[in-house]
Amino acid sequence: MKVTAQPSADVLTLQLDGELDASSAILLDTELAKPDILNYRKVLVDCAKLTYISSAGLGVFISHLQRFQDANVKLVFYNMQEKVFNVFEILGLDALMTIVPTEAEATAA
Amino acid sequence: MKSTLRIACSRSNLQQVRDFVRNYLTQRQLADITVNQVVLAVDEVVANFIIHANEEDERQFLDLKMSFKGPELNVEIADQGDTIFLPTEHQAPDLRDYIRQGRKGGMGMTLVNRLMDRVEFFTRDNHTVCHLSKRLA
Repeated sequence: MKVTAQPSADVLTLQLDGELDASSAILLDTELAKPDILNYRKVLVDCAKLTYISSAGLGVFISHLQRFQDANVKLVFYNMQEKVFNVFEILGLDALMTIVPTEAEATAA
Repeated sequence: MKSTLRIACSRSNLQQVRDFVRNYLTQRQLADITVNQVVLAVDEVVANFIIHANEEDERQFLDLKMSFKGPELNVEIADQGDTIFLPTEHQAPDLRDYIRQGRKGGMGMTLVNRLMDRVEFFTRDNHTVCHLSKRLA
C-alpha cells in the first residue's frame, strides 16, 4: 500500500495504491491525522489504484470524517473501482460520504 | 489447487490470506465483485483472530481450509491459540454515531454477516473455529 500526497493551493490529493487492510491502514491514518491537513479546503482521494479495502481502511476514513467536517474540509473520493465501491455500499457508507466517478466531478464537488 | 493455509498471527500475513483465497476461487468463473466479497469476509475474520483473540502473538497460528460442495463455498478458519473468541450477537452499527464518535473499529463482523450466507463460531478441542459458507453461482 502506498499513499502519495499531492498538495496544491487549497486542495490536497491523496493517491492510494494497493490494498488497504488492517496492516496498511496505519499509513493512511498517519497521513489523515497530520494537523496541517485541516488547512486545505478539500481533500481528494484518488482511488484508481486502490484494489482492496477492509473495515480497517474504512474505519480510518470514518474516524477522521467528523474532524474534517468541523474544520470545513470536504473529503471527496473519486475513480473508485466497482469492487471497492461495493464495500462502501454494503455498509451504507456511500450515502454518508461523497463519492464521485471522475476527477473533474471531484474537483467541482 | 491449494486449499489449506497455515499462518502465524501477524497482521502482515493478511496479504497472504487474501492471495490464497483469490487463488482458490480462480477454479470457478466468478465475478470480480463476488471474489472480492469472499476475500473480504475471510480477511475480516482472520484479522479479528490475529488482533483480538491472539493479540498479534506470532507464536500462535491459524489454519484455513476451503472447499466447494456443489455451488456452496465453505471456509473454515481454526484458531490454534488458547483464547476462546466468540463474537457477541451481531448488531448493525449506527454509522452516523461512529462518524460523530470518530470510531475506527466495529464494522468488520457486520460486513462478514452481510457478505456470507452463514457465519458460525464454535469451539473444538478448546480452540475457536469459524465456519463461513456462501452459495456461489
